Amino acid sequence: MNYRTLGLRDKEYDAIVEGLGREPNETELHLFSVMWSEHCSYKSTRRLLRLFPKEGKSVVQGPGENAGIVDVGDGWGAAFKVESHNHPSAVEPYQGAATGVGGIIRDILAMGARPTASMDGLFFGREGARSTRRLSDGIIRGVGDYGNCVGVPTVGGKTAYDPSYDENPLVNAFCLGLVRLDRVIKSSTAAPGQVAVLIGSPTGRDGIGGAAFASVELADETKSSRPQVQIGDPFAEKLLVECCLELVELGVVVSMQDMGAGGITSSASEVAAKSGVSVVIELDRVPLREEGMAPWEIALSESQERMLLIVQKKDIELVESVAAKWGLNCASIGATTPGDRFVLKYKGNVVTDVPASLLGGECPEISWPSLSPEDLNARQSFGAEQIKPSKGWEDAVVSLLSHPNWADKSWIYEQYDHMVQINTIVGPGSPVTLLRIKPNGRFLALVMESDPWKCHLDPFSGGAETVAKGLRALVVCGAVPLGMTDCLNFPSPEKPDQFWELEEAVRGMATACREMACPVVSGNVSLYNETSKSKILPTPLVCIVGLVDSLEDFLPSGRWKEGDRLFLVGSPGGSLAGSAYQCVFSGKPRGVPIPFDAQKEKAFLERAAKTAKGRVAESGRPLVGGGLALALAKEAIESGIGARVNLDAEAKPLSLLFGEGGPRAIYAVPPDKAAAFCRIWQGFPVNRIGKVGGSELSVDGFLKIPLEKLIQAWRRP
Amino acid sequence: MKVAVVVFPGSNCDADVAHAVEVTVGASVEMVWHASEFLPAGTDLVILPGGFSYGDYLRCGAMAARSSIMKDVKRFASSGGLVLGICNGFQILTEAKMLRGAFLPNRTLSFICRPCALRVERDDTPFTLRYKAGQVVRFPIAHHEGLYYLDKDELDAMEKRRQVVFRYATPAGEVTDEANPNGALNNIAGMVNEGGNVLGLIPHPERASEPVLGSVDGALMWQSISEWIKGGGAH
Repeated sequence: MNYRTLGLRDKEYDAIVEGLGREPNETELHLFSVMWSEHCSYKSTRRLLRLFPKEGKSVVQGPGENAGIVDVGDGWGAAFKVESHNHPSAVEPYQGAATGVGGIIRDILAMGARPTASMDGLFFGREGARSTRRLSDGIIRGVGDYGNCVGVPTVGGKTAYDPSYDENPLVNAFCLGLVRLDRVIKSSTAAPGQVAVLIGSPTGRDGIGGAAFASVELADETKSSRPQVQIGDPFAEKLLVECCLELVELGVVVSMQDMGAGGITSSASEVAAKSGVSVVIELDRVPLREEGMAPWEIALSESQERMLLIVQKKDIELVESVAAKWGLNCASIGATTPGDRFVLKYKGNVVTDVPASLLGGECPEISWPSLSPEDLNARQSFGAEQIKPSKGWEDAVVSLLSHPNWADKSWIYEQYDHMVQINTIVGPGSPVTLLRIKPNGRFLALVMESDPWKCHLDPFSGGAETVAKGLRALVVCGAVPLGMTDCLNFPSPEKPDQFWELEEAVRGMATACREMACPVVSGNVSLYNETSKSKILPTPLVCIVGLVDSLEDFLPSGRWKEGDRLFLVGSPGGSLAGSAYQCVFSGKPRGVPIPFDAQKEKAFLERAAKTAKGRVAESGRPLVGGGLALALAKEAIESGIGARVNLDAEAKPLSLLFGEGGPRAIYAVPPDKAAAFCRIWQGFPVNRIGKVGGSELSVDGFLKIPLEKLIQAWRRP
Repeated sequence: MKVAVVVFPGSNCDADVAHAVEVTVGASVEMVWHASEFLPAGTDLVILPGGFSYGDYLRCGAMAARSSIMKDVKRFASSGGLVLGICNGFQILTEAKMLRGAFLPNRTLSFICRPCALRVERDDTPFTLRYKAGQVVRFPIAHHEGLYYLDKDELDAMEKRRQVVFRYATPAGEVTDEANPNGALNNIAGMVNEGGNVLGLIPHPERASEPVLGSVDGALMWQSISEWIKGGGAH
């Protein structure tokens, strides 16, 4: 077997030979090809990921574990992470999406946390295309069927359509779990003399080489990749979650790993490498569901719903009895010993014997050449301000509201159980999801954001804007941001202009995180999202978790009341570059998005926090896709009441109504609180733009739309 | 009040319903594993919670209905004890033949999760004392197989015996086809057995039992049961 056909590069092979002091055998070669794949090793991006700030006063666990953890008070932590399942979902949408949900749940479980809430970022090709229908139907059903059955509510997410995802749909699965901080499980705590126990489904050939498959472009004839997609069983996952949490509660889990990419090899070698012990695995002891599997297939199988636990010898019987109660397989498949070896035995023979730190540690980094795209000037040059709505302002608002990217998404989220576990206070469909934390009476606020169009035009600003959008939404609703997780979805890094976009986007995100004091505690990278025909727009996606101490501190959206004064805070106009308006009316993003301005962002966040804390507003909503016009329309729709708005006639109407970018928000303020509101926003642009009331949304000189018509457009009959 | 919540493999609303009865009426709750043979002594109410028992892999509720504990649940019910099956629990009750009828996939062929308006048909059952007949309440629904089915003759007979306790309705209380989310015959959302002591309910009262969750309509059910038990309904 040639190492090149397994995807290893010359330099990597040389490093393996040097590390081993000999040539690897075939089994070892398979193991390295998976562990040193882009998907498992982050070899192209490790250098970039170091740019993210990882420290923060609430950070309990930063990157490097199965998930990050932030402190949510009173001895409790929130473990969370977002992960991609793009390649599998492109090939087998239903199973790809389902196992994406299952995989991230096990990552959270591996920290000893009870999975409490999921969110999903879904990016589909152009709406109406047959392939989009097939992919989106399968993906949405896959997310729903898995999450519903396993009993973890899907409480929010993001769905967007763009031709760049025609052949490369994206599925980013986020999960958050609650964990008592004195019960956190880590992968670095194993010691010699302990037992490696495999709990869960039997091992089969499904998903072999999945990690390596996710590390190259999709072949045009992707059917041949089907065996690399895993099959999900949410019922088995539910039993596995309950079983492992019972074992954590009993205090018998020394260390725990989920079996995701790279299967037994990945989970066992990571424990060994991080704990500084050797692990010896007897592959014959792994319960199998098919015959004739080669040792490397057993070692690399990505069969779902399995966990690897490291336990003390004395606790084995207890572990077995709990697994039996839940009807799960439980096999002692190996042991830890002193040293730094990762050893696989099969039928009495040693089939692998390599340094654990070499296999499960860090493979050589790759430094791809980076060059700004030749067409960057063309992308940024177009005078976007020129396109006027041909059918008038009212039609423009209605068109945007009924566009699948900005329309009501209840047709998706009503297929997901978003209430089970009874913590959902504000569910999907709102800018921010609010969950109660039952054990301490506080509340978690969650957001998911991305902005591929702006990242395409200016990856630095787009990356920063993506982070800023999430933080603004959290702070406007009264939450204190605690930490972030991100998923970097990009095409191949091997093309210099594409690597440049990746690099710039990460620099932008990292800058925003540092300036706005938001640590990154976990994340995932998905590269090679392209085929010979198309590639995705740069799509970094972020999920940010915030804390709200009490419901009184929470400022909702969509709560306008008759007589409220409407205020616009922030610059009156925005940029049309990469805006919703531009995407709908010109089809192509063009221009220069608003650059990131740290001072302005901080000034905004400070005042937004005071607004929520001071309880001077009824309703607040940051401006995002569709700018002021869509923010007004959505507030009116959700509140069930209209408003009369009068804008400063000086500004350019397009950028005024539909411009995006930068810190801006609208607030509805009761008349008697207006003075206090303005005091808080002193030193920041603040304009009174109208008054709530009536059954139509009118903007003097521009439009007058009955509420009924707005609702109809938004619901897309 | 002593409540036994039966936990099947795949139950996922067990902790929710336990929480709801604890915080609303201070019930003492015992979680009972499906493989147990007997309910705890002194049980006043048995709850079969929602979820996906056995993954819904054969037919919803079919495997759970044959669990070891169900024998004692049947004995408990036949001696007049109160049994409440919610969502998957209702499906288990029909599979166990403790309630008549069967469930088909929703007519939308999709899972549906959202708050739903229901009209209370009877306020003279142990589960609904605190409601008023005709009152409209809001409980969330979350299911894929909620289309209640029964042959016409049996359905008519059941209606005659006034076994229907909740129907899907408009917020104004009209029982219409538009207000029926899943196509259940006669808009049936909840029904009792002939003895009135076993209630099957597709919507989730435990998701509407605290002000923070946006509705306390479900709390009235726990208060009704508690009041009935205190009034000597227990045995």
